[in-house]
Amino acid sequence: MENTDKILEVENLTTVYNTDAGVVRAVNGVSFSIGRKETIGLVGETGAGKTTTALSIMQLLPERTGKITGGSIKYQGQELLTKSKAEMRLIRGECISMIFQDPMTALNPLMTVGEQIYESLDIHNERQKSPKELEAKVDELLELVGIPARRKTNYPHEFSGGMKQRIVIAIALACEPLLLIADEPTTALDVTIQAQVLNLIEELKQKLSTSMIMITHDLGVVAQTCDKVAVMYAGEIVEYGMIEEVFDRTKPHHPYTVGLFDAIPSLTEERKRLKPIEGLMPDPANLPEGCRFHPRCHQCMERCRSGEVYTYENGAHKIRCNLMEKGEQNGRVD
Amino acid sequence: MSKYILKRLLTLIPTLLAVIFIVYFIMDLTPGDPGTLILGEQATKEEIAAKNEELGYNDPFLVRYVSYVGDLLHGDLGESWQSGRPVMGEILSRLPVTVTLAVGAILIGTVVGILVGILSAVKQYSFLDFSATAVAMALASFPGFWIGMMLILLFSLYLGWLPSFGGGDFRHYILPWITTACPFMASQLRMTRTSMLEVIRADYIRTARAKGQKESKIILRHALRNALLPVVTILGINFGALLGGTVTIETVFTLPGVGTLIIEAIRSKDVPVVTGATVMLACFVAVLMLIVDVLYAYIDPRIKSRYTRK
Repeated sequence: MENTDKILEVENLTTVYNTDAGVVRAVNGVSFSIGRKETIGLVGETGAGKTTTALSIMQLLPERTGKITGGSIKYQGQELLTKSKAEMRLIRGECISMIFQDPMTALNPLMTVGEQIYESLDIHNERQKSPKELEAKVDELLELVGIPARRKTNYPHEFSGGMKQRIVIAIALACEPLLLIADEPTTALDVTIQAQVLNLIEELKQKLSTSMIMITHDLGVVAQTCDKVAVMYAGEIVEYGMIEEVFDRTKPHHPYTVGLFDAIPSLTEERKRLKPIEGLMPDPANLPEGCRFHPRCHQCMERCRSGEVYTYENGAHKIRCNLMEKGEQNGRVD
Repeated sequence: MSKYILKRLLTLIPTLLAVIFIVYFIMDLTPGDPGTLILGEQATKEEIAAKNEELGYNDPFLVRYVSYVGDLLHGDLGESWQSGRPVMGEILSRLPVTVTLAVGAILIGTVVGILVGILSAVKQYSFLDFSATAVAMALASFPGFWIGMMLILLFSLYLGWLPSFGGGDFRHYILPWITTACPFMASQLRMTRTSMLEVIRADYIRTARAKGQKESKIILRHALRNALLPVVTILGINFGALLGGTVTIETVFTLPGVGTLIIEAIRSKDVPVVTGATVMLACFVAVLMLIVDVLYAYIDPRIKSRYTRK
């Protein structure tokens, strides 16, 4: 039966975009789950389907093109995909909220930041709090993210990028949601501010007991914030496990995960050049047969070019790779 | 903000002086003299010369320009060479018709244009969107006088619901309003649609959706205000143009507006009337543009902060 300890269970999620150029298969059978207070990291290159997964959960896909074609998304045991638009609206912001990538454009330039936080509270004001109480809550939220409450009458253009992201966080956490989806929350910020914002998110997550999906392509961010990691490639999760498992280099890994780690410049070794994963992410409108990663894989075998891919399972650790079947290699490419 | 408005009002002065100079200069280059026009072909050369002298026509150009501006400051635009009546009075008597026409047309065009524009954008590529686009194209392409005549045929001749000419009560204005509003409505519709489509895809709209906000409130509270700037610009420009009179529509509906006054004055080389009316229009347009700029500041706080920082 449903495990109520699970905040979110995504099962075999499939999302496509119907574009003029053809059907873009952005997410192809993604499954993962998040427990209470847990943080899962979705890692992968641009175009791996991380954001599409997040937008599918929120049901905020572009209306005409984006479509969830299969799978299920359960929030505390309730299926979200069969909910009506009105029901979904009550869940967004209240139960699940989202922080977007670019704080520069995520705030309405014509409304004061106070109004924008207030709006969030006002929409989900089931307890019929008075405007005065809501205003007090706005002040409290601003202070919580480290912005003086008197600045609530300022407009977004009067804040720096890092402060705007703090306001976006305040909006997202206004109704104390059980699940927060952070879509590359620090990508648009410079490095010193990144650390501040990450710490803030971490601190608030603890304070409010929120679970989180952290979408990023920065493995450092994952190491700092996540409990579980899902490595995505071409709309699939190629490796999934607890952070200790995925970051443990003695354990077996998907060749793509290995490539991602190898691409990180080392502080201790001296290397002339970075070691990238050769090739490009496949065109999601025209995905390769078999293992999606085979055209770029150094250990590609004949059977990888077509058919189903073997899934290795060891407790929570899952790897989609044919190499794992024989158990002879750990996917390292040297 | 008030400082900014004051500044802009002050810059109006040199602008208007330049406009008056140019208009006055160009009109001065046209052949013909007041004496001949006022006294007619039968008058003797001496009579004409005396009349010209009396009107100060023989003075150097700059002297006449300065005295014209001086008179203008007293609200005196000179006398019509045709009728001999004060130009100011002529214009003022025609102005209510033109203003009524312009305000009504702008109201209809703005309300209908913006509403249909929003619907078109929200329901992009729907039947409504395609038909609105088609109708807007048609309205913008047909000349005003043709639309006017067709409306007269339908509503006045066949149905007999509305009068076809003259300016009396409210009913006389319905057809001219619709006719004048047509091309304006079309441009307003297209502008609102384009601007809304751009805004609807913005990240902050997605943020509002992520908050769980209702779609109707997202459109009205978040999207519309952001889409309004270009719409206000079009409104200002069109309003200015309409105050300049809409000669064809005034002609079709035989409305005595400023447009027909200017055309008649140009035909009969009535220089004071042409100059006076042009100067009045320049003032209107300049003030309208100022109002549009001030509106910008009220719509967009980023622009407001730019104004106040200066």
